[in-house]
Amino acid sequence: MSFEPVIGLEVHAQLLTETKIFCGCSTAFGAPPNSQVCPVCLGLPGALPVLNERAVEHAVRTAVALECTVHRASIFARKNYFYPDLPKGYQISQYEEPLATDGHVEYFDDGAARRVRIMRVHMEEDAGKSIHDGFPDSGGKTYLDFNRSGVPLAEIVTQPDLRAPSEAARFFQRLRRILLAAGVNDGNMEEGSLRCDANVSVRPRGAEALGVKVEIKNLNSFRFLERALDYEVGRQSALLERGGTVVQETRLWDVAGGRTVSMRSKEEAHDYRYFPDPDLPPLVLDSDWVASVREGLPELPEARKQRLMADHGLPERDAALLADDPDLSSFFEAAAAAAGNARAAANWIMGAVAHRMKTLGVGIAAAKVTPASLGALIRLVDGGTISNSVARDVFEKMAATGRPPEAIVEAEGLSQIGDAEELGAAVRKALSENPAAVGKYRTGKTGALGFLVGQVMRATRGQANPRVVNELLKEALETGEE
Amino acid sequence: MAGAARPADAETASSIRDAVRSGHRSAVEVCRHYLERIAEDDGRWNAFTAVFRDEALARAAEVDRHRNEWRDRPLLGVPITVKDVICTRGQPTTAASRILAGFRPPYNATVAARLREAGAIVVGKTNCDEFAMGSSTEHSAYGPSRNPWDPERTPGGSSGGAAAAVAAGLAPVAIGSDTGGSIRQPAAFCGIAGLKPTYGRVSRYGLLAFASSLDQIGPLARTVADTALVLGVLAGHDPHDATSVDAPVDDYTAALSGDAAGLRVGVPRALLGYGDAGIDSEVLAAFDKALVALAAAGALVVDVELPHAEHAVPVYYLVAPAEASSNLARYDGVRYGARAAAAEGGDGAGSPLAAMYDRTRDAGFGAEVKRRIMLGTYALSAGYYDAYYRRAQRVRSLIRRDYDRAFDTAGPGVDVIAMPTTPAPAFRLGEHLQDPLAMYLGDVFTVSANLTGLPAISVPAGFTAARLPIGLQLVGRAFGEATLLRLAHAYERVQEGPA
Repeated sequence: MSFEPVIGLEVHAQLLTETKIFCGCSTAFGAPPNSQVCPVCLGLPGALPVLNERAVEHAVRTAVALECTVHRASIFARKNYFYPDLPKGYQISQYEEPLATDGHVEYFDDGAARRVRIMRVHMEEDAGKSIHDGFPDSGGKTYLDFNRSGVPLAEIVTQPDLRAPSEAARFFQRLRRILLAAGVNDGNMEEGSLRCDANVSVRPRGAEALGVKVEIKNLNSFRFLERALDYEVGRQSALLERGGTVVQETRLWDVAGGRTVSMRSKEEAHDYRYFPDPDLPPLVLDSDWVASVREGLPELPEARKQRLMADHGLPERDAALLADDPDLSSFFEAAAAAAGNARAAANWIMGAVAHRMKTLGVGIAAAKVTPASLGALIRLVDGGTISNSVARDVFEKMAATGRPPEAIVEAEGLSQIGDAEELGAAVRKALSENPAAVGKYRTGKTGALGFLVGQVMRATRGQANPRVVNELLKEALETGEE
Repeated sequence: MAGAARPADAETASSIRDAVRSGHRSAVEVCRHYLERIAEDDGRWNAFTAVFRDEALARAAEVDRHRNEWRDRPLLGVPITVKDVICTRGQPTTAASRILAGFRPPYNATVAARLREAGAIVVGKTNCDEFAMGSSTEHSAYGPSRNPWDPERTPGGSSGGAAAAVAAGLAPVAIGSDTGGSIRQPAAFCGIAGLKPTYGRVSRYGLLAFASSLDQIGPLARTVADTALVLGVLAGHDPHDATSVDAPVDDYTAALSGDAAGLRVGVPRALLGYGDAGIDSEVLAAFDKALVALAAAGALVVDVELPHAEHAVPVYYLVAPAEASSNLARYDGVRYGARAAAAEGGDGAGSPLAAMYDRTRDAGFGAEVKRRIMLGTYALSAGYYDAYYRRAQRVRSLIRRDYDRAFDTAGPGVDVIAMPTTPAPAFRLGEHLQDPLAMYLGDVFTVSANLTGLPAISVPAGFTAARLPIGLQLVGRAFGEATLLRLAHAYERVQEGPA
């Protein structure tokens, strides 16, 4: 029997604020343990939370980027459970009345239009971190670092709209791009700024009813997400195949073992005893303010891709590639305008520019080549001043020195030689030194012409205008002049 | 014996402040006097959990050095006590619980900072029921406090130490907290004034939370004028407390005109007939006399209906424990306070971690706290939440609506609602210990003010034949402390009339 996976994701995105959600401590990553803490985020007796307005703004930004309905009033609730890195014995989250609901993400995947519905976006605080190893006495002790405690998170919950592990991984990548573009999250999964849990069930293909779902935790890379889902879909399908039943439970992705392992069953599931947090009044948002956040949202990847296709005639693949990186897209648009040639700008950016950035490991913003200088370079090629091959050398020099292309061409005398008089000697030399090729051409093997053009180009260090060389050679060969 | 409870040299905060301000007395001299009174006498009342002799004297000396510069500070040189549920930096703050043995907070509660800024000198921490849960101060890891009017009786609770300290003349004013009557009931039992301000009037930052939506800090003092003086220092918006309200702070002292002319006082007659425990006849008689006195002070007494107020006790005993069960989760032995030794294997609860939690909380919390954590956990549990917590919150809204209607000028339009503070005077130590329900029912008149957030004060309203104090409770409009205090003060003046 063939089974269809049904997958939904729960994504935790750290909101890009300077300070924590309920106190003034820094959210900077990598500080010494317990150096960014205060009575509030340590949950000391008597301390009280006060909501950070910037966190609200970023959460609303997240919600509108995902096309959600942002509610006028939402309620903070306490999620009660005991764990050493949870200093208050409860996490402040939102439950019955979240910040936003009913959104969606529309995108192209494998050439097909997709739509994944977003169930809800709510705000919550992160817990601290339990450190179980790395200390001399880690065998018998766990250390706690509360720097993360109170870091603002948006929890984004999708509907179970994904139908394959690979599709889930690509959707998560898409979501990451959106959060990056919206400026609400840094997308850094190694540092834990973006984390993902997945709910997965399987059902016989064609069936309507959903199977029993399993939650998988600890999926902190796209690869782990896909591998864990693959494993889990295989496990559940095999179980059903054998006539067994899937148990509703929470499982953990075991990175080393490449498998999921049971963490707790439905019976062992916590009763979180959610109730409205009496320390925080309802969060009431002004609809004009929400509208202004929506208007202030930068262009998101999908919209930008459509625009790049429409405005610049780019093929979808190129447009998608550029649209995913806001810096790259704006570089492209400025270069295309400066060059008056969008296709050439796109080719340069996805080719030489991208290669250079990758080699140097820097972003486009740090590149010495500017959109204006790249535009000028393309104009030099299009105007016939230099050839494409010379242009590649000029680009390397621009990238190394930051000098404008005109200056490099001028200083190094790289202008293309288009003058028949000037090229005459090189053409004659090529003909005289390559009698065999001349003979071939004259017996009708016109392919030999390319070889002769190459000889002339080499002799002129690439500066010869290939079109002119072509004409001169043809003329000489056909008239018998040598 | 009872006469000793109200020493002849009883002073008010304002008279001390005036004497220090004018240089008539030094702050050190005043401070030393009260420290001596505590040292001599607190063995009888057990009102204090900690006394900060050296720090208090050092601060008093500082006040004396800055006397001119600080002359406008409203509590200049006034010794004051703070209930043990309020954080004072670097000083023991235990909520009278074993689980916080040795805990010294690294920060000051906003009220502690405000008192200091106002020139007051914190001389010590006062005893209370553990985490403010109780009505007798018997549920304290430090043992019970005693009532200065009769040491065999409770001073009330949970701010029993605060009330006993003021009544015994060990401090002119005390800071308490009130979640269901914990300032007003001890004030009534000890024959002093105690004010619970409007929810949000005084910052809760640094108050060890019992029930966050009900808790409020307020003063206990010998006179209404002193509660007004101290409220002026405590009140005001605090950016560290999202539930504190940014409303203007009135000049409460200036509001004490001495008469109640034009004020309408509502009496919920139907409520007074209610109660399984019934109302003590001497308390009712004192209340009737108080109504006459209010009228004599110029107030117009009218009847009001509070049809849902009779449900206040059950509502309170769902909402407060529910919040407490969550608020007290942080006392787990992991980061501060007492921790039970890690157990090998565990106690059948699973992991050694779970066993550590169990043992720490079992050893650290007393019976009443455990009882309320269990009640609250149950009320919030899946499958019971709607029937208990959510329903209780609905009834709470109905109670608030009753009060709004009574205050509404389209209805009775009263300014203040009057009722006894407690259905009976101070009970004997141990009398209700085996019967928690009887103890809870004693809160029938006080809990409504917390459920509605309204300000309420208890003022002395005479004595029983056995010389036990009786309290009159007045409940005001939200942020109507100025009017509430004016009426309480006018009543106090009539009371004090020719003996």
